[in-house]
Amino acid sequence: MADHTLDAKGLKCPLPILRTKKVLKDLPLGKTLEVLATDAGSVADMRAFCQVTGNELVESGETAGVYRFLLRRAG
Amino acid sequence: MSDAAGKIDANTKSMTIIVTKGSLDWAYPPFILGTTAAAMGVKVEMFFTFYGLALLLKKLDLQVSPLGNPAMKMPMMGMHMGLPNLMAAIPGVEAAATVMMKDLIKRKGVASIEELRDAAVESEMTLIGCQMTMDLFEYKVEDLIPGIQVGGAATYLGKALKSDLNLFI
Repeated sequence: MADHTLDAKGLKCPLPILRTKKVLKDLPLGKTLEVLATDAGSVADMRAFCQVTGNELVESGETAGVYRFLLRRAG
Repeated sequence: MSDAAGKIDANTKSMTIIVTKGSLDWAYPPFILGTTAAAMGVKVEMFFTFYGLALLLKKLDLQVSPLGNPAMKMPMMGMHMGLPNLMAAIPGVEAAATVMMKDLIKRKGVASIEELRDAAVESEMTLIGCQMTMDLFEYKVEDLIPGIQVGGAATYLGKALKSDLNLFI
């Protein structure tokens, strides 16, 4: 179970990333955030976001059109 | 690079964007890239000049025009429909196109420019209004949203020369 879940379903670029950042910055170090999105572009975007910011992308997957990302706050 | 909390260290990347256009469609690229860069820990400075200055006005009244815009094809009745210039020039068409575009933006879950601009202000990026443009089009600092800076070409260049990425939109 993630420490926090963000529902970004129905949102288009760049909102899933902006919302993710907003929640992540208030999350203590080492805690995890689950992001749910329907934006197909968020797969590549979330990977790039984590690469640049140093947060860890623990899991990434898709079920029935919903993309699920598990991030761990780092840095 | 900064961490997720937005702490800035010596390795923080920086970016500038010159924003020259103030129509609804052209307002998207600078605000999307600016807010996303800020979310990724980049120090962002946006310089609003000429028609781009309209994006800093307190009350946004952005329009999109199909006139001279052949790539503007709206999804309608299972097709993509554009308007020939002769029809696009008819009074009222631009307003109707703007209403349609705003409706489409809302229905598809795309952020409004108001929302992205709020995000830009919240992320504490530097927003600079061009003084020459303000003088030219007769705008006062009070007409613009609070918290912005005012400057000219040298102000921009001073920042751009030290930045990792500079965009002109």
